[in-house]
Amino acid sequence: MTEIFEGLKAAIWLIVTFDADLYEIALRSLYVTITAVIFSSVIGLPLGSYLALRRFRRRRLVVALLNALMGLPPVVVGLIVYLMLSRSGPFGVFGLLFTPTAMIIAQVVIITPLVASIAHQAIRELWAEYHDLLISLNATRGQRMRTLLWDGRRALLTASLAGFGRGIGEVGAIMIVGGNIDHVTRVLTTAIALETGKGDFALALGLGFVLIFLAVAINLLIHRISGTEVHGRW
Amino acid sequence: MVGSIFPVEIADVTVRKRGQALLDGISLSLAPQGITIVMGPNGAGKSTLLKALHGMERLNGGHIQWSQPKSVTQKRQAFVFQTPILMRRPVIDNVAYPLTLRGVSSAEAREKARQWLERVKLGPAAHQHAAELSGGERQKMALARALIGEPELLFLDEPCANLDGRATREIEELLLVANADGTRIIMATHDMGQARRLADDVVFLNKAKLLEHADAQAFFESPTTPQAQAFLKGEIVE
Repeated sequence: MTEIFEGLKAAIWLIVTFDADLYEIALRSLYVTITAVIFSSVIGLPLGSYLALRRFRRRRLVVALLNALMGLPPVVVGLIVYLMLSRSGPFGVFGLLFTPTAMIIAQVVIITPLVASIAHQAIRELWAEYHDLLISLNATRGQRMRTLLWDGRRALLTASLAGFGRGIGEVGAIMIVGGNIDHVTRVLTTAIALETGKGDFALALGLGFVLIFLAVAINLLIHRISGTEVHGRW
Repeated sequence: MVGSIFPVEIADVTVRKRGQALLDGISLSLAPQGITIVMGPNGAGKSTLLKALHGMERLNGGHIQWSQPKSVTQKRQAFVFQTPILMRRPVIDNVAYPLTLRGVSSAEAREKARQWLERVKLGPAAHQHAAELSGGERQKMALARALIGEPELLFLDEPCANLDGRATREIEELLLVANADGTRIIMATHDMGQARRLADDVVFLNKAKLLEHADAQAFFESPTTPQAQAFLKGEIVE
């Protein structure tokens, strides 16, 4: 119990004293995950919608694969991205290993299947709802697509937020490809792992509370901006 | 103005799904005016017939030939489903949607939608979201959305199935006005009273087959098939 109390105290202390390291680490966490979410959304939202609307051979296989990829173990993704980016790997020449860019790449690999899968599910449900109406009104393929994406925008936003949730709390992959280097690639989750290893539970918990606070705050902010959860809207 | 989509030739129409006939050799001639009521027990093929006429079913046999090409025909028809389809938009945008699909500017489409909402007495609900409407209001919204494109032919698939008396009466009044304004109506219903109130002619289906097609008066007074006689007496027809 005392550890949790000490952790809370440490967290408050870190925040109110504008601890420079804490802000640096927290901002880097946000930078890495938000960038990854943007890339994942750009890839995953259209991909998921496409899978929901188009019929082609092996579509079921692709969807099943996508759902399976949601469960990718981050550590394994980290390992593979590490091997790709390491000096002797195919992309070694870019010198990306142990940079925030490498961490973003790993997170994009982890998050994209999740975003695409949730988007697919949401658009498929909406399509089932709208199907008869859109067919009856003779909407063209492009019009159907635009209508579903527009009316499903809040569900698509949820897909992106789920991706953010997975990314911000992820530690395995970014630890491997980032290396948890102080002032370069240290983020909240890797810092927590490090402090826990050192036995500094108060600081680790403090960082943990900041992490939870950030995750909740971002979600609330996005909901506020987009007007979801407002009475009578979607 | 393009010519009418009538007359229509409906010959030997068959629709099968999973080996089961939903429509079995239906041939029918439909007058270009009036209200046709499609009656019959559950599973008789009422919805399938409406959807087939609207071009939403793949035919396994026979043909349905309107007097205009398919692209024109479908635009001149509208369909109101048994459960109103609510788009995740405000009521006014739900009603304006068919016009925006046709490339009408959104200001103009909304203005027309506003007029239609007044006509169906949903004016005050224009900016609510569709899901906030009651059952009767939803169906009136769907009706306004169907009529805004000024269809020559309107299909309704048991539009009042889950509605109370008042909502049903309002919808029927709207249908009579639309019909007087020149919209041909083909409607499936379970409700015997509603059929008597609205029908000019009646199509009676049972087990995927057309058993009778007659003037409303003739049908209600002297049905020729035993199934229709039993159905009109309120007996269970299987």
